[in-house]
Amino acid sequence: MSVSPTAAKSLSVSIRGLAQSYGALQVLKELDLDIPDGEFLVLLGPSGCGKSTLLNCIAGLLEPTNGQVFIKGKNVTWEEPAKRGIGMVFQSYALYPQMTVERNMSFGLRVSGMNKAEIEQRVKRASEILQLEPLLQRKPMQLSGGQRQRVAIGRALVRDVDVFLFDEPLSNLDAKLRAELRVEIKRLHQRLGNTMIYVTHDQIEAMTLADRIAVMKGGTIQQLADPMTIYSKPINRYVAGFIGSPSMNFIKGTLGGTIKAPTVEVSGQKLDVSDYAFAGVAPIGSAIEFGARPEHINILRGKDAKAKGVFDAVVELVEPMGSDTLVWLELGHQKISVRVESSHIIKPGEHVGVQFRVKQASLFDAQSGERL
Amino acid sequence: MSNTVSNPIIPSGPKPKKFITIERAIVYSVLGICAVFFLFPLYIMVITSLKDLDGIRYGNIFVPTLHPSLGAWDKALFHACTGLYCQGILPGFWNSCKITGPSVIVSIAVASVTGYSLANWPFKFSEGFFTVLLVSSFIPYVVMLYPLVLITRWLGIYSTLPAVILVHTIFGLPILTLLFRNYFSSLPQELFKAARVDGAGYWRIFFQVFAPMSIPIFTVAVILQVTGIWNDFLFGVIYAGPRNYPMTVQLNNIVNSLEGVKEYNVDMAATILTGIVPLSIYFFSGKYFVRGIAAGAVKG
Amino acid sequence: MSLDRPNPLYRNLSSKIASLPMMLIVLGVFVGGTAWTVLFSFTDIKVLPLFTPSAWIEHYAGLANYQRLFTTDRWMDCPVITKIGTPNWQFSCTGAFPNMVTYAILAITIMISVGFLLAVFMDQKIRLEGMFRTIYLYPFALSFIVTGHVWAWILSPEYGLQAAVRQLGWTSFSFGWIADRQMVMYAIVLAGIWQGSGFVMALMLAGLRGIDDEIWKAAKVDGIPTWRTYLQIILPMMKPVMVTTFVIVASAAVRIYDLVLAITDGGPGLSSDVPTRYIYQNFSANLGQSLSASTVLLVTMAVLLIPWIRMEFGKKG
Repeated sequence: MSVSPTAAKSLSVSIRGLAQSYGALQVLKELDLDIPDGEFLVLLGPSGCGKSTLLNCIAGLLEPTNGQVFIKGKNVTWEEPAKRGIGMVFQSYALYPQMTVERNMSFGLRVSGMNKAEIEQRVKRASEILQLEPLLQRKPMQLSGGQRQRVAIGRALVRDVDVFLFDEPLSNLDAKLRAELRVEIKRLHQRLGNTMIYVTHDQIEAMTLADRIAVMKGGTIQQLADPMTIYSKPINRYVAGFIGSPSMNFIKGTLGGTIKAPTVEVSGQKLDVSDYAFAGVAPIGSAIEFGARPEHINILRGKDAKAKGVFDAVVELVEPMGSDTLVWLELGHQKISVRVESSHIIKPGEHVGVQFRVKQASLFDAQSGERL
Repeated sequence: MSNTVSNPIIPSGPKPKKFITIERAIVYSVLGICAVFFLFPLYIMVITSLKDLDGIRYGNIFVPTLHPSLGAWDKALFHACTGLYCQGILPGFWNSCKITGPSVIVSIAVASVTGYSLANWPFKFSEGFFTVLLVSSFIPYVVMLYPLVLITRWLGIYSTLPAVILVHTIFGLPILTLLFRNYFSSLPQELFKAARVDGAGYWRIFFQVFAPMSIPIFTVAVILQVTGIWNDFLFGVIYAGPRNYPMTVQLNNIVNSLEGVKEYNVDMAATILTGIVPLSIYFFSGKYFVRGIAAGAVKG
Repeated sequence: MSLDRPNPLYRNLSSKIASLPMMLIVLGVFVGGTAWTVLFSFTDIKVLPLFTPSAWIEHYAGLANYQRLFTTDRWMDCPVITKIGTPNWQFSCTGAFPNMVTYAILAITIMISVGFLLAVFMDQKIRLEGMFRTIYLYPFALSFIVTGHVWAWILSPEYGLQAAVRQLGWTSFSFGWIADRQMVMYAIVLAGIWQGSGFVMALMLAGLRGIDDEIWKAAKVDGIPTWRTYLQIILPMMKPVMVTTFVIVASAAVRIYDLVLAITDGGPGLSSDVPTRYIYQNFSANLGQSLSASTVLLVTMAVLLIPWIRMEFGKKG
């Protein structure tokens, strides 16, 4: 139930058996998590999955019902937030409204009794990194959303801590600002190299910022891996459906054929899935869901459409998105979407051939949702 | 591993809390002392009303009597002298009812409709009128006391029930209008627009669409007005006429009566009786009461 | 057949008709009544009321009423101001108007401080919060007459607090404020804060609860102790609530009447007289004085509204 001293040194944050309940409702279920030094970890999930709760437990703002929190090897489960070596950035910025930017950043340090010279130096350094120098004497009311967010980061920065916590910091901003600040946060991480734990429901933020993503649902971590793994090899149907926009297609079928040569039967036709990397033994006969991302499907026309392993489909409608076009097709009784280059002109009503890239696909057990 | 572990407890789960910390002790003590300060007058009122005159003269104001009696209550209700008559405070109770009932109804009727107009059917200068109305709520009422006497005399209703009802309506208008206007503004505008598209007009929308949705605000307004009007003194004395003096006026007369010996027990009984109605409303309406005063306090 | 442009007066007719009472009241009572009081305070009106503009011109008397008002001892007798630099200087200021000012200053400061403190304590996630709030707020549901008589009884020198404590042995204990000309206003202040502090607490608590939770979290992460957070972060954020509360309490203090009537009826003598009582009693015999005193009260109220006006216009600016 503890972390060995040597392992602890290289681990910035460790969670052991963390659980949180409100009465009968279990918000977090016995979580274990190890975050190495300098990693940018994103906690991703929809509202209510427990990601903010987890962050608040790490911060010490919420008491867990069970379990332990270690920061830099030290058991901080009972420590006050200010003593855990963390800095935190909030969704609503939570800047002290009546204080100038400079005071906002230095207030905590002043209260702790630090000497003036040191405080000045830290504030100077933080404002340099975040380009806040011209704003130091302004009050939060006079700042734009993006500027306020930077001040919030600055307030965490001056604490000279190892771990930064971000609680959905970009959710209150409009799309353009969000994109700009996202890049700034990534730059910040590259420059400072601190451990950062970041909570969001936006998968694009997660994919672009994270070293690793923890996809959460119902108080548990569904999958903990780097973005590309999560994207290309989602561990279950939930993760597969959550990540990726436009989302993955799920085609219901049955796993037929033999163990050595499994096939998926879809609307009368058989698809050879022997190229697919099964995790274990292929469970022939079970109902499965074949998951294919819109960019991992080819649309074929003319004689190519008649080749082996190519399915018949009818184009239902076409969504031009600028960079590419999303084509909605009817495959038997199921609807799928396929991404094509915008130069291809496809019209509704056309009969086309659909070819699946099996190596990039994901197969899920229809009942459990687990990846096969 | 060596055994020089001074603290063998490994932190896990929720931090163990001391049952009583110094902060909690201070907080509860202060709150408790203040509670005593607020409660003791009520206590004294009750025990005094149960004493007889000897008990008062030779007793201690804080010490209850060993022989409680309802004699003071009987006298207060039925026999105490309120000026010319000695029929107790009960007639005053009925007067207060006669004043409060209609006043509440009229004032809320006028204010709710006015607030509705302002929120949904504004016309030229309507906002201007509203601003003046709001500012007027800050004018000390003495400024308008005499003019109102003149006006009610001119209308021929001075010193009668209609006069005091009119006055209560007038002085209740600013706050109640604000209350209703803000509430109606907060109702979804789509509902209103849909009703208009359906062809409904001013009154139909008010009675059939908005009013059913407005029970909470009407409750708050009723509580605010019943409490305020029941507790009023000056308007009752000036405008209602001696036959209609409310309970507060009768209470004052009983206590200040110069006849004979000052009967503190009767005074306290009468005081409690006067306070019972608003107090009961307060105790039973709880959060609506709080909402009422908070709403009355929040201006724009 | 051409259609005439509909008369704008008939547009939105129902609303205009329904708002007629409000409009009449605003114009007739609030604007009209106030204007009448102010305007005719500049005439030598005595007993019979005057209305017409010609009567006003005829009886115009300039500031005569005001001069008389401020030289009437019952209204204001302040050697501390009027006799500065003369041998008659005394550190005293008595009269109805100074009484009201005393009451207002004390009531406002004490109620806001006590109310804020109580609200802070109530904000500490205590058990039985509902019970405490019910206890603190119930006096506000009572009439001023009720409050006045209860406190008159409690503060009664022969039978009340003073007598009770003396009975318990402490014979030199003295609490006869209500009978003491110098101290009587303080007794009234005591009753006033008993009645109103719960209300102020409720307002402050609502204000405290409106503060964004994340400010608290940020302060915790910064390591700021709770009391400092209240003092240096939360209190400045409560400025709008403070101003609103100030205006409401001040407004009630300026009008004070029922409470004084019930506790002391202005006594002993006239030492606890207040403006509204003065005005009311002068209606029949000395209308001009009442009107000028009313106008003075109006101006006082306008001055007290300044912080609120600045705040409201600050928002729009």
